[in-house]
Amino acid sequence: MLTRIDDYRWEIPITYKPGMRVPGLIFSDEQMLRHIQDEQSLEQVANVAFLPGIVGRSLAMPDIHWGYGFPIGGVAATRVDDGVISPGGVGFDINCGVRLLRTNLTEREVKPKIERLLADLFINVPSGLGSKGKIRLKGNEIDKLLLKGAGWAVAAGYGEPEDLEFTEDHGCLKGADPDKVSIKAKTRGTPQSGTLGSGNHFLEIQVVDEVYDAGIAQAFGIEEKGQILVLIHTGSRGFGHQVCDDYLKTMGTAVRNYGIDLPDRQLACAPVNSPEGQSYLAAMACAANYAWANRQCITHWTRESFSRVLGKSPRDLGMRLVYDVAHNIAKIEKHQVEGKKLTVCVHRKGATRAFPAGHPDIPEAYRKVGQPVLIPGDMGRYSYVAVGTEKAMEETFGSTCHGAGRAKSRSAARRSISGADVAAELAAKGIAIQVANIASLAEEAPAAYKDVAEVMHITDAAGISPRVIKARPIGVIKG
Amino acid sequence: MTRFELFDHTADVGIVAYGNDLKEAYANVAYGMFSLIADLKEVHEEIQRDIDIQALDRESLVVDWLNELLYIFDVDHVIFSRFEITALSQSKLRAKAYGEKIDTSRHQLKTEVKAATYHLLKVEEGNGFKIQVILDI
Repeated sequence: MLTRIDDYRWEIPITYKPGMRVPGLIFSDEQMLRHIQDEQSLEQVANVAFLPGIVGRSLAMPDIHWGYGFPIGGVAATRVDDGVISPGGVGFDINCGVRLLRTNLTEREVKPKIERLLADLFINVPSGLGSKGKIRLKGNEIDKLLLKGAGWAVAAGYGEPEDLEFTEDHGCLKGADPDKVSIKAKTRGTPQSGTLGSGNHFLEIQVVDEVYDAGIAQAFGIEEKGQILVLIHTGSRGFGHQVCDDYLKTMGTAVRNYGIDLPDRQLACAPVNSPEGQSYLAAMACAANYAWANRQCITHWTRESFSRVLGKSPRDLGMRLVYDVAHNIAKIEKHQVEGKKLTVCVHRKGATRAFPAGHPDIPEAYRKVGQPVLIPGDMGRYSYVAVGTEKAMEETFGSTCHGAGRAKSRSAARRSISGADVAAELAAKGIAIQVANIASLAEEAPAAYKDVAEVMHITDAAGISPRVIKARPIGVIKG
Repeated sequence: MTRFELFDHTADVGIVAYGNDLKEAYANVAYGMFSLIADLKEVHEEIQRDIDIQALDRESLVVDWLNELLYIFDVDHVIFSRFEITALSQSKLRAKAYGEKIDTSRHQLKTEVKAATYHLLKVEEGNGFKIQVILDI
């Protein structure tokens, strides 16, 4: 089914399946492709190509794996004029994303205190299955949070105004309308705001291990090897899950009403410009804002814990936000398509925005170098910071990968290793860990993931997001 | 008879639940999902909830039934360990679910389930009844 374009690009021809409106394009190398072909993700790339109004290609980033509906690592742009929006192209965890904090600290200063630091963070940042947050939202306060996102958190005393400058969309997606969100979603989301959650969500203390582009790293506030960074990965919790669930129902009916023919019900969608499409976008924006407020509050508590344990003022710690990116989201953006400027709805399902230098939507401070792209790996190896490029703009609607991608299913991981073994393996590598649930650790074992270095090799070689630095974990908090 | 089996899906988990009739299969798919969330041996039947679901068809009924249970788990922190389907049609399901509030001193919580999805969703009858669903983890 695949045609090789070059070493890193593979096409699924439009003729593969009747009903495809555009070809598929997978960023991968030969070795990784063998793995990808073992599962159903390529079929899913072909299915996404059925969406009405899709332009360019149905794209898959190198960390692609089998999802539900869209593949994880899938990108699809649809015309706003006559195309559709699909909640399945965003997923249940709307605006799941990562944010990276820099510090003035070095490994030498932090390492002796890492256990104390993790213990403090573990108490200060609510995490784990069924955990309750410590933010009390009264009356219609949740609506304000949904409207303003990270800005709500900053105004409430969680963090600095400067943090908003370094968050995608300033931590607030426009068009949010709390009236388009069900009471159920608000009931579910209110007690969970300001929680890390569980599963693959984490808070990691990392050390800069390798610098590939010192100039760009410098612009991002990353100066040298040995510098301490903090990476936070979480999303919109039960709030986002409920919004997605609610609108999948709406879209299930819309598909019938608009006569849209789809190969998978999880791709259910409605025209962007229909009442259903517009309502979903307004509700999705609320969930995106919820997630940004969530990561913003966690950032504040992280600074608090560092300050307390290391006995330094926040100013001395220099814990500035490098960036915050969403990797489950749909955005209305302008892109060049076949020589014409077009307004499209870019679905990024497990994919990160990667805008180039000079783009007006990236922070002034990064305008000369490009947008930071934050790519977490597994907790035993390393993560990357990369940078957006013009090539990504031309080929992937300004998008790239979002992580390592799973290699083993959760149950296969559980069969091959125990949670205690994973903890021991991390300890042997000098990685401290605090975990809410030791059994779930097995599912997140490093061996359950692909090597993110291989993923980054492809995005680098293909030119869609070259590497800037690599960092390795020394302390991990898992929900 | 096996109540349910898990099948591998790279990022998520699939459940195939069985039943002598469709009601039993709907009950077993819920039991399978809660077995992923917690060790059900330690869960007592202290709370009973009535659940009413209406959906487009019997496949959507599976998704809505499971997602309603996840909603209650999230909001009221109740783990369910037994399910009784009291009425069932092509588009309606009525059930009683039994369980108790999470008590972390006794309950071993396992995996967070985000939602039930429509991907590869199947409700089949033949030699016994079978429901297949993929959960987003």
